[in-house]
Amino acid sequence: MKQSGKQKHIILKYLGGSTVGFINGLLGAGGGMLAVPLLKKLGLETKESHATSIAVILPLSLFSCILYLTSGRVTLGDALPYIPFGIIGALIGAWLMPRISTILLRRIFGGFMIWAAIRLLLK
Amino acid sequence: MGCNKVVVKMNQWIGIAISGILSGIAASLGLGGGTVLLIYLTAILSCGQMQAQGINLIFFIPIAVISIILHAKSKLIKWKIAFATAISGIIGAIAGWYVSGLIENQWLSKIFAGLLLILGIRELFSKKQPKNPKKQTQ
Repeated sequence: MKQSGKQKHIILKYLGGSTVGFINGLLGAGGGMLAVPLLKKLGLETKESHATSIAVILPLSLFSCILYLTSGRVTLGDALPYIPFGIIGALIGAWLMPRISTILLRRIFGGFMIWAAIRLLLK
Repeated sequence: MGCNKVVVKMNQWIGIAISGILSGIAASLGLGGGTVLLIYLTAILSCGQMQAQGINLIFFIPIAVISIILHAKSKLIKWKIAFATAISGIIGAIAGWYVSGLIENQWLSKIFAGLLLILGIRELFSKKQPKNPKKQTQ
C-alpha cells in the first residue's frame, strides 16, 4: 500500500471509529449501521463488513451499557424479556448470513426505517 | 407506557417476541438490529427515548456475543480492523453518553429519527455489490 493511502487508511479508521462510538453512545443504536460502510471503505468485503461491524460495536455497547446502567437510566430487568427472543433471532441470522443475498433485506429494512423516522418526527 | 413494567401481560409477549426475534436476525446480519428494537420501543410502545436506548444496548450484548462466535466460525470477522476501530470508538462512546445526558429526550428522539431517515434512504437505494471483482494490478 502506498504511504499516503496508508495514512488516509489510519485516519479513516480512528476518526471513523470514534464517530461510530459517539453515535452509539448518544443514541444507543446506529453505530453498527455506520460501521458497515466504514469497514467497506477500509477494504473489507460486504459480508465481512457486516460481520466485523458486530465485533466493533460489542465493546462499545458494553461500555455504553455500563454507563447507562450505573447512571440509572435503565435497569437490566427492562431488557430481560427481549433477550431470549433476540437469541433465537441471532441464531437464525447467523445461519442465514453465508446463505443469502442481503440486498432484498436491506431494501425492506430501509423502507421500515424511513417509516419509523417519519413516525418519530411527527410525534 | 407499557415499557415500564417488568412483569408483562400476555398480549405484550407477542410484541416482545416479534420485535426480539426480528432484532436478533437483523443484528446478527449486521443490518443494525439494535435499530429494530429501538424503533419498536419508541415508535410503537412510546417508551422514553433514554430508557429505550438503554434497553437496546443491554439487549444487543448477548446477541452480539453469539453472532460473533458464529460468524468467526464462518471466518467473516477481521479481528485486527475490528480491534483498532473499537479502541477509537470507546472514546467516542464516552463522549456520546455524556452529550446524551445534556439533550432532552424529545430532541434525542428527533436526532434518532434524522439518522434513521438518512440511513433508511441509503439502505433502500443500496446497490448490489459486484461479486469478487478481479484485481487489475498484480
